[in-house]
Amino acid sequence: MNLVEHLPALQVVLPLLSAPLAVLLRHGGIAFAVVTAGAWAAFATAIGLWLQVGEVGVISYHIGSWAPPWGIEYRVDRLASFVLLLVAGTAAIVLPWSRASIEREIPRELHYLYYAMFGLCLAGLLGITITGDAFNIFVFLEISSLATYVLIALGRDRRALTAAYRYLIMGTIGATFYVIGVGFLYLMTGTLNLVDMAERLRDVESSRPVLVALAFITVGVSLKLALFPLHQWLPNAYTYAPSAVTAFLAATATKVSIYVLIRFWFSVFGETLIFERLPLPEILLLLSLAAMFAASFIAIFQDNLKRLFAYSSVGQIGYITLGMSFDSVSGLTAAIVHLFNHGIAKAAIFLLIGGLVLGLAKPGGAPPAPTFDRLAGLARRMPLTCFGIVIAGLSLIGVPGTAGFISKWYLILAAMEAGQFWLVGAILLSSLLAIAYVWRFVEVAYFRPAPEAAGRQEASLGLLLPAWLLVIATLWFGLDTSFSVGSAAEAARFLVKVGG
Amino acid sequence: MSSGGVLEHFTYIVTVFLMVAGLYVVIARGNLIKKLVGLSVFQTSVYLLYIAPGKLIGGTAPILSPHYTVYSNPLPHVLILTAIVVGVATLALGLALAVRIKETYGSIEEDEITAADNAVQDAEDARS
Amino acid sequence: MENDLVLRVVGKLLIPFILLFALYVQFHGDFGPGGGFQAGTISAAGIVFHALVFGLEQTRRIVPDRLVEAMLAAGVLLYAGVGVAGLLLGGNYLDYFVLDPDPIHGQHRGIFWVEAGVHITVCGVMLKIFYMFASRSQRKDDEA
Repeated sequence: MNLVEHLPALQVVLPLLSAPLAVLLRHGGIAFAVVTAGAWAAFATAIGLWLQVGEVGVISYHIGSWAPPWGIEYRVDRLASFVLLLVAGTAAIVLPWSRASIEREIPRELHYLYYAMFGLCLAGLLGITITGDAFNIFVFLEISSLATYVLIALGRDRRALTAAYRYLIMGTIGATFYVIGVGFLYLMTGTLNLVDMAERLRDVESSRPVLVALAFITVGVSLKLALFPLHQWLPNAYTYAPSAVTAFLAATATKVSIYVLIRFWFSVFGETLIFERLPLPEILLLLSLAAMFAASFIAIFQDNLKRLFAYSSVGQIGYITLGMSFDSVSGLTAAIVHLFNHGIAKAAIFLLIGGLVLGLAKPGGAPPAPTFDRLAGLARRMPLTCFGIVIAGLSLIGVPGTAGFISKWYLILAAMEAGQFWLVGAILLSSLLAIAYVWRFVEVAYFRPAPEAAGRQEASLGLLLPAWLLVIATLWFGLDTSFSVGSAAEAARFLVKVGG
Repeated sequence: MSSGGVLEHFTYIVTVFLMVAGLYVVIARGNLIKKLVGLSVFQTSVYLLYIAPGKLIGGTAPILSPHYTVYSNPLPHVLILTAIVVGVATLALGLALAVRIKETYGSIEEDEITAADNAVQDAEDARS
Repeated sequence: MENDLVLRVVGKLLIPFILLFALYVQFHGDFGPGGGFQAGTISAAGIVFHALVFGLEQTRRIVPDRLVEAMLAAGVLLYAGVGVAGLLLGGNYLDYFVLDPDPIHGQHRGIFWVEAGVHITVCGVMLKIFYMFASRSQRKDDEA
């Protein structure tokens, strides 16, 4: 058996195997070891695939040795390998972090289920990214979504239950819309393989069922990626889920859905249909702007730090979709880079908030909600944690030297290239809103007096180290862009070339 | 065909009816269980959407045999078997969540749950 | 229902045949309609029938919760294990052709174990769902 040859299968199978093993062994500690090993193996596999794509180009792997389009094909190109790295990397960092945190947040007898669900969710997200089969995407989408609903419902607050329920309803409608769209495409083309489908669609491009399919798939996936008016499930789900789950989902779940949308728009339906015959770019532009302003504006007035950054996520997704709406290599590059940069910054922020609430908890007690009245003067008690949140927050604003600056820079370049100079003003203006909500945290944590004179009481090293790895990554990718922008630009060139 | 549009497109009409009816129940009903019923009906419509075009009149199961030449397309059945399993899992998880919500809130009516949540929120705001 | 003599006798008579029918559906899946999904639900139905007639506690003694949970995991592992076996024998993931020197026989062997895994998991899932909801209502009745 040649290991390198089978990396695409191992990418999904290793975390997928870890989940039932965790259930079978029924012990929190062993389950943690098994699932973490699975996530690390997935991360190593993702690195291997990224390197392999650099050497040989697109990798096609035939499950069960059935050649596509009959069999299921796993297909890894530059974009897929980039997203795989983000997903597997976040999981590899969040899982070790979560050991100390779920100890306090989830009853001990449920720990093995938490790890099993985490493994399933990871396998599902990786599967969506790697598979080249439209129906297989649906199956993996539901695997990851069902695991996500359970993970959110594990939150301690009872509102976690309603948040999970609401997400279940919205997520299932989204996934069902997607599968209806795929059904229409299958009726028209007789194939489920994305590459094959793209070729056969050329003949029936503007027939009505194809347009219906496009509408269903776009709306369904938009529900999943929380595009502005369809984001209602997101704030509560992020606020009441356990800290580790919030960090993982914020960095990966919506990003993978964006990946699916990019795949369908650019690789399957093709740019001529999307951008020339239909007013989709205008609609996406308006919704993106609405997200950038409305969601960021709502974020300023939140009293719960987790909810504040949840609304900020909706706003930041607006930047990604804005990049997609330009239909240019630079616009798509900006979108893909921001997908990555925002993912790591948000994961860092939510991990650090998780450390924060653990520090606020009474010894042995459950962590409280991070409302602003509890955070007053906290920078003196937990300097490293607060400083990390500030740096990652600067990346959300787009301050030079952080990763967020790079994505905004490319976004502005793309806007100027498209000749829409007013958008440059809009991007800068919406960044002011980000300054406002990050400043709220700075003001409370650094300038308000602490209620009681508590000494320094920093979060433990196990909580700080993974989070600071991500913070350093946001700084690193703000200075050295050869990996992030390099991959994104290559992926964007490939996508635009294939579609055009 | 002269037999008219209704009969010709019978399966599509049923599919669309189930789809819209299910979606309407999900949106219009406040009861968590009724919402799940609507969601299931909505998903069921998709099964029909896939299965119906796969059937050929006079076609048999695609097990190769010298006696038959016309076969129905088996792929939609396989796909929908998977979708049914997904639907069952979603329904079970949704019902389990509804049971837990009933236990903690004492209600499965959406407006009552929202009211209870708002009351908690107001109490938190008043404290700060 | 637990005191209904007719049901108890009929139940005792029928349950073995229900389980046997599940196995028939399982193994006949190669040649006709059937397979792991259907067989798994049928065997779960047999056990649920037992619970309805003899009471949940009785059934839980025969098929305990831990066994059900182990079935959930074991079935998936068996399925994925077939895939890994394909890898180890030099094929792609889930490649059945390499499972036996004769490729056709390899296909039979692969689908046999995969369907067995499906059967175990589906049966486990149905029982898990049934236990979960049934035990809840009983507990509520005790409290009332």
